[in-house]
Amino acid sequence: MWTATTVAHVVPFVGGAFALTLLAPILAPVSLVLLVHAWAIPELYAARGAKAVRPRDPRRDTSGEAERVAMGLLGDLLDHRARELQARTGVAVERGRLGVWVLGQAGALLVRPGGRRVNCYCVKVPDVSLPPSDRVAHLLLALRTDEAGFATVANLSFSGARRRVRRRLAPVAREALDVAAAEARASR
Amino acid sequence: MSRLVRMDDTGHTTVAEWTAGDARALEAAVLAFRAELDNGYFAVVSEGEGHAEQVRELPAGASLVILRRPIAGG
Repeated sequence: MWTATTVAHVVPFVGGAFALTLLAPILAPVSLVLLVHAWAIPELYAARGAKAVRPRDPRRDTSGEAERVAMGLLGDLLDHRARELQARTGVAVERGRLGVWVLGQAGALLVRPGGRRVNCYCVKVPDVSLPPSDRVAHLLLALRTDEAGFATVANLSFSGARRRVRRRLAPVAREALDVAAAEARASR
Repeated sequence: MSRLVRMDDTGHTTVAEWTAGDARALEAAVLAFRAELDNGYFAVVSEGEGHAEQVRELPAGASLVILRRPIAGG
């Protein structure tokens, strides 16, 4: 469905560009603008999707006592590898039935089986007072309780090639996405 | 020792603790559990990677029961 929507956005611009160039070559610059639009629309969607797992906000204090306590609880919920990755990157990787999830503070990426396709979801606990690791723990517990319900509550902001999302992520989130993709490939 | 913890702005707060043989502590934990559910919290028992169960009654045998807020699409 998402791919069909993207195609429906892109094809008219590409078709229009070719038609204009064929009918009136002098309008080639206009055709070029249309092609830029056709390229930019999927890229903008991918950029929006990548924002789902923004890294820790450096303006927020993440070294305080509350975050330390929250990291302890989140660490107890994760296995050894996932705990180390979360401590390094601020996001949690969790295998589910739909694929492998990368959970951030205000969103999640779902790497589909095979590792090539990613769904980006905006989803969060609407309580700004919570420390970052508690926000991740909320998403983790909600996901473990009801994966299909989690994907339903969350807003899908992008679905497409992993490489499109990956190049827009912060380096630490890229590392987590790569780990999730490796797991998704292995589980295919 | 079993614990009922609530995720909040302090990281988490232990709301109640009980042991299987301590009926008074268990009763206090059940009351605290119901009060938190009335305040809008969901109670979850994590069962390892990929699995957790939402509970509406305090499971006396669980070692850790976590209270979380509902999530919403962003």
